[in-house]
Amino acid sequence: MDTDDCWTVAGRRFASRLIVGTGKYKDLETTATAIEASGAEMVTVAVRRVNLSDRKAPMLQDYVSPQKYTYLPNTAGCFTADEAVRTLRLAREAGGWNLVKLEVLGPPPLLYPDMEATLLAAKALIADGFEVMVYCADDPVAARKLEDMGCVAIMPLGAPIGSGLGVQNPLMIQSIIEGAKVPVLVDAGVGTAWDAAFAMELGCDAVLVNSAIALADDPVMMARAVSHGVQAGRLAFRAGRIPRKGFASASSPMTGLIR
Amino acid sequence: MPMNETMQLLDLTVNGEGVRVAAGASVAQLIAQMELDTRKVAVERNLEIVPRSLYAVTLLAAGDALEIVHFVGGG
Repeated sequence: MDTDDCWTVAGRRFASRLIVGTGKYKDLETTATAIEASGAEMVTVAVRRVNLSDRKAPMLQDYVSPQKYTYLPNTAGCFTADEAVRTLRLAREAGGWNLVKLEVLGPPPLLYPDMEATLLAAKALIADGFEVMVYCADDPVAARKLEDMGCVAIMPLGAPIGSGLGVQNPLMIQSIIEGAKVPVLVDAGVGTAWDAAFAMELGCDAVLVNSAIALADDPVMMARAVSHGVQAGRLAFRAGRIPRKGFASASSPMTGLIR
Repeated sequence: MPMNETMQLLDLTVNGEGVRVAAGASVAQLIAQMELDTRKVAVERNLEIVPRSLYAVTLLAAGDALEIVHFVGGG
């Protein structure tokens, strides 16, 4: 990890540009090992009812310590602004912090962000003192509105959640990055290390990955792969890629050839 | 408190399920009855957050609807 190349969100500084989700793993042991291998410093978590019939079930916090990782509570499963605000108020009380991931989704099969509801919820949450990292459409106009409203990070989808299709709309992601003063993260759709590298090469500040790691045949190895992808993409972005050309430019000298 | 009152029970809804507690019970007593770790949960009572600092002084009433949540794996 390049500790000289940190990024900052809402005044918090992170060396790792990979945020990982904690869902969909086969068990909590694998969750913990894969997250460790990913090098992530921030993890997303969901807020759900305590299971009253199995109160002694192991808890995420016992495996992924909130003292070690920055917990980013999400609003997964919320389809209205009110549900999202209610969920995050509970998350704030459970965790004691106000940095959150807002997502208000439209219906299956795409679970595409519902931007009207997302804007409403973001406004209510910011008024209530939350620092909102917001999952959103790959829509530069909506992204600008969210930033103007006070969201601390803009997180457009690369592709539908869990689809593994990679960044489908690089032009719009790049446009959002160019227009934003707050961090921009590609939040959904990463399928493998290459997708994360590609998102970082576009100039994202970080990427958020869950399914690609959790559902890989070997989640721990994929966590390492995605981490390397993020770092490779970031370095390539900073190094500055060569322009694309429609013709050849020889790599070896054209002088001094034998005759 | 008179004996006949301490024997009374209140019917609540907790996470969508029917739960009975002794009349006069607080949120803190409910959580203790359920053997939950107060440091890892959050409580909403009739759509209002109950701050952890107020569990002991927040008394339950018949018909209260509570949500008790915690963090689980998510993306």
